[in-house]
Amino acid sequence: MPTRTPDPLTPVLSAFWDDERSWSLETYERNSGYVGLRKALETDPADIVGMVKDSGLRGRGGAGFPTGMKWGFLPKPDGGPRYLVVNADESEPGTCKDIPLMLAAPHMLVEGVAITSFAIGSNHAFIYVRGEVAHVYRRLLQAVEEAYTKGYLGKDVLGTGFDLDVTVHAGAGAYICGEETALLDSLEGRRGQPRLKPPFPAVAGLYARPTVVNNVESIASVPSILREGADWFAGMGTEKSTGYGLFSLSGHVRRPGQYEAPLGITLRTLLDMAGGMRGEHELKFWTPGGSSVPILTAEHLDVPLDFESVGAAGSMLGTRALQIFDETTCVVRAVLRWTEFYAHESCGKCTPCREGTFWMKQALRRLEAGQGTEADLDVLLDNCDNILGRSFCALGDGATSPITSSIQYFREEYVRHLTEGHCPFDPVASTLFAGADAR
Amino acid sequence: MALDAVTRERIVADSATIIARYPQPRSALLPMLHLVQSEEGYVSPDGIALAAEILGMSTAEVSAVSTFYTQYKRHPNGEFTVGVCTNTLCAVMGGDVIFSELSEHLGIGHDETTEDGRVTLERVECNAACDYAPVVMVNWEFFDNQTPSSARDIVDSLQAGQDVVPTRGAAGVCTFKQVSRLLAGFDDGRADEGVGAGPASVVGLKLAKENGWAAPAAKGSRSRTREES
Repeated sequence: MPTRTPDPLTPVLSAFWDDERSWSLETYERNSGYVGLRKALETDPADIVGMVKDSGLRGRGGAGFPTGMKWGFLPKPDGGPRYLVVNADESEPGTCKDIPLMLAAPHMLVEGVAITSFAIGSNHAFIYVRGEVAHVYRRLLQAVEEAYTKGYLGKDVLGTGFDLDVTVHAGAGAYICGEETALLDSLEGRRGQPRLKPPFPAVAGLYARPTVVNNVESIASVPSILREGADWFAGMGTEKSTGYGLFSLSGHVRRPGQYEAPLGITLRTLLDMAGGMRGEHELKFWTPGGSSVPILTAEHLDVPLDFESVGAAGSMLGTRALQIFDETTCVVRAVLRWTEFYAHESCGKCTPCREGTFWMKQALRRLEAGQGTEADLDVLLDNCDNILGRSFCALGDGATSPITSSIQYFREEYVRHLTEGHCPFDPVASTLFAGADAR
Repeated sequence: MALDAVTRERIVADSATIIARYPQPRSALLPMLHLVQSEEGYVSPDGIALAAEILGMSTAEVSAVSTFYTQYKRHPNGEFTVGVCTNTLCAVMGGDVIFSELSEHLGIGHDETTEDGRVTLERVECNAACDYAPVVMVNWEFFDNQTPSSARDIVDSLQAGQDVVPTRGAAGVCTFKQVSRLLAGFDDGRADEGVGAGPASVVGLKLAKENGWAAPAAKGSRSRTREES
């Protein structure tokens, strides 16, 4: 489906990241900052929820669930507290959009938090940021402090009688805390382990109270919707995947980085903007949305990067983390490393994921070293079959994606490891600093 | 080492500040463990006992939490954690070579510390900077687009007591204890240091500006803003 906007790139979130002191309140206000909040505070909260529903905004953290609908799931107020929790635990391999957003424009997130809290009737919001990004944490702490001083947060926000406290909370290193219920357990001071759903956080979330958990980019998109309108947002992207989003290109391309475009752009267009593959190299495989989605190949260059089209192509849009690998990369090595990651990060709660990722790691290590047999491939696929859909959260499902998809597209490369008795690739050839042709 | 009375008192006072940020005290546990690390250089048994005492939890419960998260160290950490990303993308782009060269250069493996106590080497998972691969983190500050020699220069400087400057971060790297205090939620006032965005973060923005591309109404708002100011 073609995108409906004429311009291929549409910087909104990233529009002023190159301004001087882009992170300051002053710069943000100069760039229409907090205009959306002022509008929101004059609007009926239910109408804000309706507006975000009408915009078609879908969660930018990977799952693509409609944001306004998520807000609408909160039960009617019962006088007790309800919470907004921002998932700023960006750790999905390949995903690198929320961290630069919070580093360059933390106020955009803070404004989104204020609007969303007002819309859902929350007086205490939390930003759960991963602990491994010290400077991002500093920028968030300062932005929240500045917003309190200016009356955008705190008691009686801009004289409206609405109270809002925001706590910026640093995690301590655990990929699983990007899963919303594990994040809530972690925020409650526990091991970050996913909860059984239902009940969903909307009903019983933080401290078993009604809670909305949204990704950074989703919340940061809210101020622009308030400012410019739901139709404006829905006028970009495709019919079912509306709006703009950050597409993060990494790997063997000439100009990796953040490209903010309407959903539905293709990798071919993005690659063209990024100067193509490095040197004289060719695209071998890529992830459309992090390592937890099935890999794609050069035959998918023209798949529109929206939720529906990527799904139809056998993968998922995920976080729009486009990790791009050329023909120097060993797919078995790549998949082994991802599998080691999932085994390391499995929280251990569910047996299929805990045990399954461990055994898949062993099998892949053998295969990568050229020591297994072709029967190992079937054992691996059988393992995947026993993990997929059999654990509380999507970590185990994600662990199977690179394995099943790489065997689907590159089975002969696995077999080549076995027939040659070792990995046929030179790992140095794929590095950034390999030879003179590396950019 | 046992916690002395002054340190103990300081942890208790700072913990009260942390607890006040949350509706329920137990939510303070993760920042409190960062706080313990900022005093002890790791999550010590004494620190665990004190956190348990303050929050009315058992030491087993606190240990269970502290051993779940990779940033909490179970033995004294070096002054600088040098984390080489060896998740797939960074590994392929050179992270594996960087890690093995640093390991050989320093004579230590993963989660081990040099004899002078300056550097703890780690393999880290994806740190959300893939467009700057391969990435090295020093006390959780970004060092982008590294090579084996640039990474060696970093650890040599750290061991020689010289400052190193992150690509995107503060003007210098603070110590492991200092960054642990920051992560406990105590701002060190350095947010205004460093860049807003690195070159890869604005590569799309730059291209859009060169071509006059923009979101439909964002064109209007930006020019409106300019007229008003």
